[in-house]
Amino acid sequence: MARSDSNQLAKSNPLKAWATHHLRTLIASLGVMTRQPAASLMTVAVIAIALALPAGMFVLLNNASHVSVGWDNSAQISVFLKADVSEKQAKQLMGKLRLYDDVVNVSMINKNQALKEFKKISGFGGALEALGDNPLPHVLTIEPRVDAERPDKIRHLIKQLNRQKQVALAQLDLQWVKRLFAMLNIAQRAIWVIAGLLGIAVLLVVGNTIRLDIQNRREEIEVTKLIGGTNAFIRRPFLYTGFWYGIAGGLLAWLLTSLSIGLLDNSVAHLASLYSSSFEIRGLSFSEGINMIAFSCFLGLAGSWIAVGRHLSEIEPS
Amino acid sequence: MIRFDNICKRYPGGHEALSNVSFHLPRGEMAYLTGHSGAGKSTLLKLIALIERPSRGNLVLDGINLSNVGNNKVPYIRRNIGIIFQNHHLLYDRTVFDNVALPLIIAGFQHREISSRVRAALDQVGLLNKEKSAPITLSGGEQQRVGIARAIVHKPGLLLADEPTGNLDPELSKEIMQLFARFNDVGVTVLIASHDLDLIEQMGSAVISLNQGQVSHNDLARQPVEQDAG
Repeated sequence: MARSDSNQLAKSNPLKAWATHHLRTLIASLGVMTRQPAASLMTVAVIAIALALPAGMFVLLNNASHVSVGWDNSAQISVFLKADVSEKQAKQLMGKLRLYDDVVNVSMINKNQALKEFKKISGFGGALEALGDNPLPHVLTIEPRVDAERPDKIRHLIKQLNRQKQVALAQLDLQWVKRLFAMLNIAQRAIWVIAGLLGIAVLLVVGNTIRLDIQNRREEIEVTKLIGGTNAFIRRPFLYTGFWYGIAGGLLAWLLTSLSIGLLDNSVAHLASLYSSSFEIRGLSFSEGINMIAFSCFLGLAGSWIAVGRHLSEIEPS
Repeated sequence: MIRFDNICKRYPGGHEALSNVSFHLPRGEMAYLTGHSGAGKSTLLKLIALIERPSRGNLVLDGINLSNVGNNKVPYIRRNIGIIFQNHHLLYDRTVFDNVALPLIIAGFQHREISSRVRAALDQVGLLNKEKSAPITLSGGEQQRVGIARAIVHKPGLLLADEPTGNLDPELSKEIMQLFARFNDVGVTVLIASHDLDLIEQMGSAVISLNQGQVSHNDLARQPVEQDAG
């Protein structure tokens, strides 16, 4: 038709028009949200809390792992030699052990030196003097090669050590570290599950908000369809609304997490000082924060996409 | 422009709104569609605007057989039609200007182009001074004219109006109908459903009458058949 030809000329380059329209819709949907600040803020707050909860747990868990990192690497085997083993024999054994594949380093705690130190530290100097004989054995400390994939290697090494005739007892007392790591592992999985469930909650919250939005704008949708608006055109503002909810929710979640961590900061510093440690709790890093916002934004978009897909097709002009 | 060929429309309940309707409205013509309420006027307009689909028969609009138009193509067909409703269908959360601009935004016009076209359309319906008003503050006649401005702003080839004067007093009704006649003068094909027979008689355009879903009178049929794409 001749008229639509003249219309074509008046239109701008389609790509530019499309981009301009997207930008305009993006800003317009933000404008719609700010026009009902209370309702929008409530939705954003629900999203933020749902995200901040697992995020906060992750931060705490990360800190716990951070404190304990290196504990399993500092595994040390104490080899108590029999009381009648002389210093020379002990040194021979030390040389032999150094040749083992699974041994990184061996050092020796001389029993005389140990006694001296013990006297000094314990304050039992007088009592020990009364004993006459040095009750302490020589001790070899072995730094084993830690192979995370083969934890039984260390156990094997300990067995080997215990079989040596000069050795009274070789032991690795890291059971509690293992238990701690097992617990951290469980906690991590639990947080994943919680995060998954809360992620679904965010999806539903956004979906429901958009669904109400669609119902409120039923008239507008009908009119737009009647004057030739495509489904994509009608869908767009709702998707952008979901996008904004996601962004705002993610930002607020970041803020909430940082504030909560900030509240813990002093108490943790105090606790650390009691352990004469300079440990400081670490909040979300910048990239973690950005990731959280991106994730939240994805959830917002996905939630609105689901709502739009389900409810937009129901509205047809009649 | 519009060709109905043995069109039947049966609604899911079994009610047959249109049966064997055939007529041809040539390009650039203006016609009134009359009949009692329930005679099928609205259904006929809905078929043209692809709000409803015929149960049987062929409907050709501007050379396109509408039964071949998939749902995803419907918006593009509608962009060449201006539709005016009895109850205006204005959006009350935005200004008169924004209401009228909607078809242009949908079609992807440039911002500057939108402003000048919206003002031109509002000027044609005599509401240029109301562009910043909220529709709710306007009288019924003014709201109807905003609806008309929105229907013509993108210069469609076809104007459909469903009881456009339904709620207006005779004087305003006549003004509105004269407005439609002016659009027809510049080449727009116009089809107006109305039961206001007195007014239609005064206007003197072709009349198609429907009675219980069938064409009972057709002024256009008496005219020599024109060669028209559809």
